[in-house]
Amino acid sequence: MIRFENVHKAFGKKIVLDGLTLDIPEGATTALIGFSGSGKSVLLKHVVGLLTPNAGSVTVDDQVVADLDWDGLTALRSKIGYVFQFAALFDSMTIGDNLRLGLARRGLDAGEVEERVTQSLKVVDLAGTADHFPSELSGGMRKRVGVARAIALRPRYILYDEPTTGLDPVTSAVIDQLMIRVRGEFGTTAIMVTHDMRSAYTVGDRIAMLYGGRIRQVGTVREIQETEDPVVRQFIEGRPDLEGARDAAALSGGGV
Amino acid sequence: MLDAARALRDRRTWAPLLLEQMRRLGVESVPIALFIAVFTGIVLALLSRYIFTGTVPIYFVGTLVSKTIMLELGPVLTGLALAGRVGANIAAELGTMRVTEQVDALETLAYDKYAYLVVPRVLAGTLMFPVVTALAIAIGITAGWLTAINLLELSTAEFVKGLTIFYKFKDIWFGLVKAASFGAAVTLIGCLQGLATTGGAAGVGRRTTMAVVYGCQAILVLDAFWAVVLL
Repeated sequence: MIRFENVHKAFGKKIVLDGLTLDIPEGATTALIGFSGSGKSVLLKHVVGLLTPNAGSVTVDDQVVADLDWDGLTALRSKIGYVFQFAALFDSMTIGDNLRLGLARRGLDAGEVEERVTQSLKVVDLAGTADHFPSELSGGMRKRVGVARAIALRPRYILYDEPTTGLDPVTSAVIDQLMIRVRGEFGTTAIMVTHDMRSAYTVGDRIAMLYGGRIRQVGTVREIQETEDPVVRQFIEGRPDLEGARDAAALSGGGV
Repeated sequence: MLDAARALRDRRTWAPLLLEQMRRLGVESVPIALFIAVFTGIVLALLSRYIFTGTVPIYFVGTLVSKTIMLELGPVLTGLALAGRVGANIAAELGTMRVTEQVDALETLAYDKYAYLVVPRVLAGTLMFPVVTALAIAIGITAGWLTAINLLELSTAEFVKGLTIFYKFKDIWFGLVKAASFGAAVTLIGCLQGLATTGGAAGVGRRTTMAVVYGCQAILVLDAFWAVVLL
């Protein structure tokens, strides 16, 4: 289980997370929504120890991430797959080598590694691309390779950072179905950061909205769709309400 | 830097990458180093002939060319050229990796970024800068000799006499020790600048420039340091 408890995070004077508390249930996908710049990706990076909170704690399987030594952090990261917003593929390596890099530390023999590479690329419908370089692929294909790289590790948890941002509607739907398939096939617990509400409704078992550095509301898809909270309502309806937009902008440090 | 020292223990990560970095940073730097060395040798021979005419025996051309190249111009000019080539290359590569989250991705795959990115480059620089410098010294002295016998009416015997008359083994290892320290400094600065990059393409440009500038400054400071300590 992943637990965020009273997490505070600031970058200089800019407060991003301001006492956030949230539990991520096992075996389900939690969609984390919020305005741009609200701290969604920042929150996600705490789970794998890329960032540490100024106060509060982030716990994974009863271990406080910030307290882990290097070996403990390595063991934790072995359980987590991270799909970056722009895939973050290693552009000097082939697609196959991108997947092999993570598998090199798993104690698998060469045959098992190749089997995982082949199978993972097949799951994301990119069989036969192992010898290609990331620059030869489209944005959607690179995202799918990012998913393949994560699932090749057979992680307990998968973190998706805006998996459909910048993709056309059809490709977004393909990625959504892929995330659902991954959950079904591997039984992973996932956090999906997104501001694509269609994707959140399709893939999420629960939706949590981040606003003002805290969780504004968390609930099932239906509960969020039927919310009467004005901020959540404005976000999920995509209303350019100037007052709400100004509040959000002020909190995230930008202007309207 | 403390993290880099810790990363040295993670041999299974950096060891497989070392040879490739030695090839990229060292072998591929030989052409530019030799190019600089050739012209350095030529100019030194001509300058020394101009300086020594009517003052000291002409075979001192060999002394000046060899001593200057071995002790100073070989390591320093090679180092400065490689600060531009190698330092910029490293900072740009790692900076681009940083702003495209590839460094974060490496860490989420349970790799120590210092063991994977920094240690092989710094070790490669430390090992290969002296090798490249040694080649540059040899070619520079050779260029000086060819200039002397073709343009300055020196005989080979006279040139070699000048080269050997004040020769000490220290002339060679002093230059190579300096070169090794230059290699470590240039590569480490390039790595640290690259990993500190923020701000997209403009940030990569800034850090690349800083890597070159700081690398050159480090070379000059180290040059003075070794002169004080070892000479």
